[in-house]
Amino acid sequence: MQLATKTEEALRIVSVQEERIDAAVALEFKDAMRVETDGGPDTVVLDLSMVEFIDSSGLGAIVAAMKHLGTERKMALAGLTPTVERVFQLTRMDTVFSVFTTVDGALAELRH
Amino acid sequence: MVEQERFEHMSILPPFDFSVQSSELAVREALQKLLDALGPLDLGVEEAGTVELVLAEALNNIVEHAYPDQNTAGQIAISCKHLSDGLHFKVVDQGKEMPDGQAPLGMQASLDVDLNDLPEGGFGWFLIQDLAKDVSYQRVGSANQLSMRLAVALQS
Repeated sequence: MQLATKTEEALRIVSVQEERIDAAVALEFKDAMRVETDGGPDTVVLDLSMVEFIDSSGLGAIVAAMKHLGTERKMALAGLTPTVERVFQLTRMDTVFSVFTTVDGALAELRH
Repeated sequence: MVEQERFEHMSILPPFDFSVQSSELAVREALQKLLDALGPLDLGVEEAGTVELVLAEALNNIVEHAYPDQNTAGQIAISCKHLSDGLHFKVVDQGKEMPDGQAPLGMQASLDVDLNDLPEGGFGWFLIQDLAKDVSYQRVGSANQLSMRLAVALQS
């Protein structure tokens, strides 16, 4: 599971460098997210622009990663591709996360 | 005359079927095979996404629950037929029976809860029941048979 991480203006941006977050990699994704977010800035932006497909296991892993941050920190999602966005909409999980069209949009909104 | 009519309603896609040996990575392989086989229908992003998502959930359930032990995991057979009302799928495995002998209803979990109580699973059957039509599960001998229809690539 390849994740690319950078920190900009007190925001941790984690970009998933994979086309799929599915059952085969869901556990690996959860573990990798812990490594990239533990001890970091309070706000995490998860960049999903390279991800073309998630299944329910992938969705569960993203929810788990957010829960792991705890109530004092938050996770926003950016760059959802059409099929990924649809999974969030169908399960209404798009109401639980802040969802931004692009990473730049997320940064503009969250940096202050 | 009748023959002529039937011909006009025939799909450009003949029925097909294939099998994979159950494993987490086999699900990816099966989905790729399936999407390749559906190539002639030239599905749009949304319809292809529906097919991939529903079949991913059905196959993941089999890998996780019907064949929980990788050492004794068997085959998953997938067949597909294109009719005027969409794609008809049948997925058959020789694994454990579905609890209660029926497919879960896939109710939507409440999201109006504390962070720590948010659901991390149970979305699979919800997505299948939400996106697929005519979902039917049957235990036949030692086999599980799941059939469903996806209303994509409709032919008027």
